[in-house]
Amino acid sequence: MSNKRRYGEFGACIRNRAMLYIELVRMEFVNNLAYRSSYFTGIFNYTIQIGAYFFLWDAIYTGRKMLGGLNKEEMITYVIVAWVVRSFYFSNLDRRVAVEIRDGKIALELIRPYNYQMVKYARAFGEAIFRVLFFALPAGIAIYLIRPFGLPSWQNGLIFLLTLAGSFMINAQISMIAGFLAFFTQSTSGIYRAKRVIMDLFSGLLLPISFYPAWARDIIKFFPFQAVSYMPNLIYLGKLSGLAALKVVFLQLFWIAVLGLVAIWFWRFAVKHVVIQGG
Amino acid sequence: MALIEARGLTKEFRIFHRREGVAGAFRDLFLRDYKTLTAVNGIDFLVDEGEMVGYIGANGAGKSTTIKMLTGILVPTGGTVVVDGYVPYKDREIYTKRIGVVFGQRSQLWWDIAVIESFKLLRRIYDVPQQEFERRLKMIDDILELSGFLHLPVRKLSLGQRMRCDLAAALLHNPAILFLDEPTIGLDVLAKAKIREFLKEINTEYKTTVILTTHDLGDIEALCPRVAIIDKGKMLYDGSVEGLYSQWGHDKLDDIVKRIYQGQRPQLGFSGTGGDDLVQ
Repeated sequence: MSNKRRYGEFGACIRNRAMLYIELVRMEFVNNLAYRSSYFTGIFNYTIQIGAYFFLWDAIYTGRKMLGGLNKEEMITYVIVAWVVRSFYFSNLDRRVAVEIRDGKIALELIRPYNYQMVKYARAFGEAIFRVLFFALPAGIAIYLIRPFGLPSWQNGLIFLLTLAGSFMINAQISMIAGFLAFFTQSTSGIYRAKRVIMDLFSGLLLPISFYPAWARDIIKFFPFQAVSYMPNLIYLGKLSGLAALKVVFLQLFWIAVLGLVAIWFWRFAVKHVVIQGG
Repeated sequence: MALIEARGLTKEFRIFHRREGVAGAFRDLFLRDYKTLTAVNGIDFLVDEGEMVGYIGANGAGKSTTIKMLTGILVPTGGTVVVDGYVPYKDREIYTKRIGVVFGQRSQLWWDIAVIESFKLLRRIYDVPQQEFERRLKMIDDILELSGFLHLPVRKLSLGQRMRCDLAAALLHNPAILFLDEPTIGLDVLAKAKIREFLKEINTEYKTTVILTTHDLGDIEALCPRVAIIDKGKMLYDGSVEGLYSQWGHDKLDDIVKRIYQGQRPQLGFSGTGGDDLVQ
């Protein structure tokens, strides 16, 4: 076989796989459109969260100018941006993976000629596109019309958008690994609830990391969580700019590589020890 | 070399044994009591291309575990398995293109979307060219008559319709081997007949090798010249159905199998020859 033809086949193979993943993204997007009730409860949920934090911080800042390096206006922008962005990167991947393992449906995934993790990421991405178009963008615009918040400079805005891709990927990878834990515990809800709380707490969604005591910040530094929400938010606010902002992008790439390796290793180990539930 | 070649195939599960009561549960927190369960115990299983083999055994005998090792879902604890030149659990992403699998108890189609959408996605997953896909679908539709409900979501199908769709889904990519784990479970007489007719057709027409587990011996009588019987993880019999009849004298297959499950041995003077022997 000539080299040219071999490359041609390789190219066709890559193209076919790409088509599959695009198809999965599309399917997940359409699937999400079909579930209207969960969509409306989602909007309701985010409205309450953002509203509650708005009033909470409003009260906390009474009589104070600066807290944790942010003034009141910046804090309110931080809260709004953090929650709007969460509505984009959040996914049900952890629960999906855990439930598939618990119910033994994972067996049906193992008889498919595809990469399990890639399929899950593709579907999570389909969900994310849906969330951008139907949650994050309309919510961001609506809130801005009701109560205008700070906008970033265009340079910071661009880097911020870039880091959102990283936020999505890191969150998805952590979710994947959390889901895999179901191989060993055979219970699921505890795992992904714990994961979501840890995520919301240490990513800086509920409280900017600068509010934590120094020792806690030193520990959080060694984990990928703050690259999901806290750091992109600081870029949005202009607290990190230029080289410091680009460093966040590289930090995210570093974590994506590390988590990717962990997830692959975890998957290989788990599949070897897999016990399929229900015969 | 045989298409499926499993030798000394063994699978052990480590089962966590829960102690009773509150005190027991508390002890379980710190010191777990594990037991080893041997689901499949050193079986040899060789299948040639184009064969149709019935694989039977009582509940919990190890049928499904064997199928799961042959399809690459489970990693064997011991022994070797090579199918079509691949080691199933190692070469999963290439190997699974060559096989089709149907679990009667579990649909592999996407629950909420129309059957045809599932099929289209499978076309992508298995890289089936569009023309080939249409040709296969038409061939399958001619016998299984799916066109009436291709546009319904799976959750709205009856069990018989769902099973026909699952069969179709496992065959769209023209696999060399078809593994069926209880494909006729819970089906009515007509649906069973249709599925049997279809399996016979793809076996003769496309030389597809078929391995099927079942509790309905009618499936075996209608389809499989060869039957393998497993009990408590051990292969009890592997040979022709004819051989079974001659070993036990003329009897009904149901009765023969019932006696084998009960641990009885055939009367002397009827033992077959070669591969038809009862494996002791």
